[in-house]
Amino acid sequence: MSSVHLEGVTKSFKDMVAVDNIDLDVREGEFLSFLGPSGCGKTTTLRMIGGFEQPTSGKIFLGEDNVAGLPAYKRNVNTVFQSYALFPHLAVAENVGYGLKRKKVGKDETKKRVEEMLELVDLPGYGDRRINQMSGGQQQRVALARALVNRPGVLLLDEPLGALDLKLRKQMQLELKRIQSEVGITFIYVTHDQEEAMTMSDRIAVMNAGHFEQIGAPQDIYEFPATEFVASFLGASNLLDGDVESGDGGMTRVKLAVGSTVSVPTNRMPAGAGHVRVGVRPEKLHITGAGATGDGGGTSANGHGANAVEAQVMVSTYIGVSTSYECRTSDGSKIVVYVQNLGNSAQPIGAGATVRLSWDPEHTFAVGANGGGK
Amino acid sequence: MVKAAQEMKPEAITERRRGWFLNIYTKLAIAYLFAPVIFMIVFGFNDPQGRFNLSWQGFTLKYYSPSRLFEFEELNQAITHSLTIAFLTALLATILGTLIALALTRFTFKGRSALNLLLFVPMASPEVVLGAALLSLFVTLNFARGFTTVLIAHIMFSISYVVVTVKARTAGFDQNLEDAAGDLGASPWVAFWTVTFPLIWPGIMAAALLAFVLSLDDYVITLFNNGGYITLPLWIAGASRLGVPVQVNVLGTLIFMIGAVYAIVSIIRTRGERVSSIH
Repeated sequence: MSSVHLEGVTKSFKDMVAVDNIDLDVREGEFLSFLGPSGCGKTTTLRMIGGFEQPTSGKIFLGEDNVAGLPAYKRNVNTVFQSYALFPHLAVAENVGYGLKRKKVGKDETKKRVEEMLELVDLPGYGDRRINQMSGGQQQRVALARALVNRPGVLLLDEPLGALDLKLRKQMQLELKRIQSEVGITFIYVTHDQEEAMTMSDRIAVMNAGHFEQIGAPQDIYEFPATEFVASFLGASNLLDGDVESGDGGMTRVKLAVGSTVSVPTNRMPAGAGHVRVGVRPEKLHITGAGATGDGGGTSANGHGANAVEAQVMVSTYIGVSTSYECRTSDGSKIVVYVQNLGNSAQPIGAGATVRLSWDPEHTFAVGANGGGK
Repeated sequence: MVKAAQEMKPEAITERRRGWFLNIYTKLAIAYLFAPVIFMIVFGFNDPQGRFNLSWQGFTLKYYSPSRLFEFEELNQAITHSLTIAFLTALLATILGTLIALALTRFTFKGRSALNLLLFVPMASPEVVLGAALLSLFVTLNFARGFTTVLIAHIMFSISYVVVTVKARTAGFDQNLEDAAGDLGASPWVAFWTVTFPLIWPGIMAAALLAFVLSLDDYVITLFNNGGYITLPLWIAGASRLGVPVQVNVLGTLIFMIGAVYAIVSIIRTRGERVSSIH
């Protein structure tokens, strides 16, 4: 088990910069995911940690040692490849034992460790099978066993579940999490699937255009995205333009372009920005007809609805567990609201109605108006 | 019978007619391909009275006895020459050709596409042109003709075939497998011998056999460059003017049998593999 530490790592291919001067600390025994769209540099970063690519500049520490420049076979890291890359001419046990054989581990010990590993990945007794006799899910497990049997300091996983069908994927996500907590090895996992990253990771590093947008626990990243990119890449977000008015204590007042003024916790404001985009997740919004004034003028006792805007319902869609409303404000911003269908008394609000959308200031975040592409 | 034909659907009739035609055609094609071989095998059991082994005179097995089979010193020497050249050609052309195939499939380098194209030149040009060109090259360089020139010539025309055969195997090779081997602690050298080589081995074997056969068989190019180093095809061609001895038929039969046995064994083996991979 070891930590991974990247310092100013850059990788360029000819005139294209794939990874742009990134820093990263991965703690020992942590499950960290690189999440981002294709081409964001997440696989390149993983391949640099694995030793299949060398950084153009920067340092890569595995534990105490800077391994930048070392080839893969000299690093105490193992990889589960997207295509599994199992050796088709070797039996399952020979595949799993390949790394041990390179390390000159004795025959008996190898046999014992291979069997233990096959047991861990739920394939006991499959050692004599040929690779082409195994299903996709089984091959996936063999690839995992082949990497883990070497007891690497860090295990790298490059979209390992990409080729599996949805049901098997869900099952393997839980399985991977179980195995990780059982062996206690640091996992670095590359994926473009936000749900997969959320399900498994201790922390997620959201990547875009060769750099990290935000690194944090799944809840932090979801609830309080630091950039517009993170806000729109993970789940749905409503973003409203506004200007910072004043700050007092824990709250900053922002005057929205649609007219109303809202409060944002100061520690979720981007530093030094005058013009910001205020965000709130669709499920955090309360929707009430414009006539109803039950929530008062924006300062209800329990804090609900302290922030509010007026909007017009464009489309309302009944989904079953919830109803989704697509609303538009007077300045043309789109706001999506999810309302859980708690009782049968709930009357869906029809299209065209003017509504009041309110939410708790604690659920508000703000991102720089110019930061990040859409 | 007439009634049955009337009841048959029109498509079924064409289907049957095609089946009948295809059947005859297949048999004719096989007969055409094998008639010379069968003729050669049969006349290996002939007991000719004169010099010419052209008409059937009676059955004998005597030419299969080693003392009669190897009774011509020159023929024995020609066989030795041919096998030596064929073995060395297969070995060297396969090594060189495999390296070229590997380079062509995994690296991009200057002159790569030119090399890809030029490899087809020896396959596409008439042998007589290659033979004459090589001869004039050796004469210009004042290089004595003999064993070395024959070997150089054979390697030269075999390499292209080796490259094409091995490339078919290396082109489909998943580069991730070598990455995986490296990831598991294998140096590039070890990764090559434990992963890449075993996987392209069938292609290399096929290429080596092809080179061996091409060399064993070559007449035209060898004719220009032998300098007195007589190979089996040269000796047989020379002997045919005086009458080919039965021994040549017997040798031909034996060589053919080796090839046939090899083909049958490899067919059975691949069939066995396919069956085992289904289960």
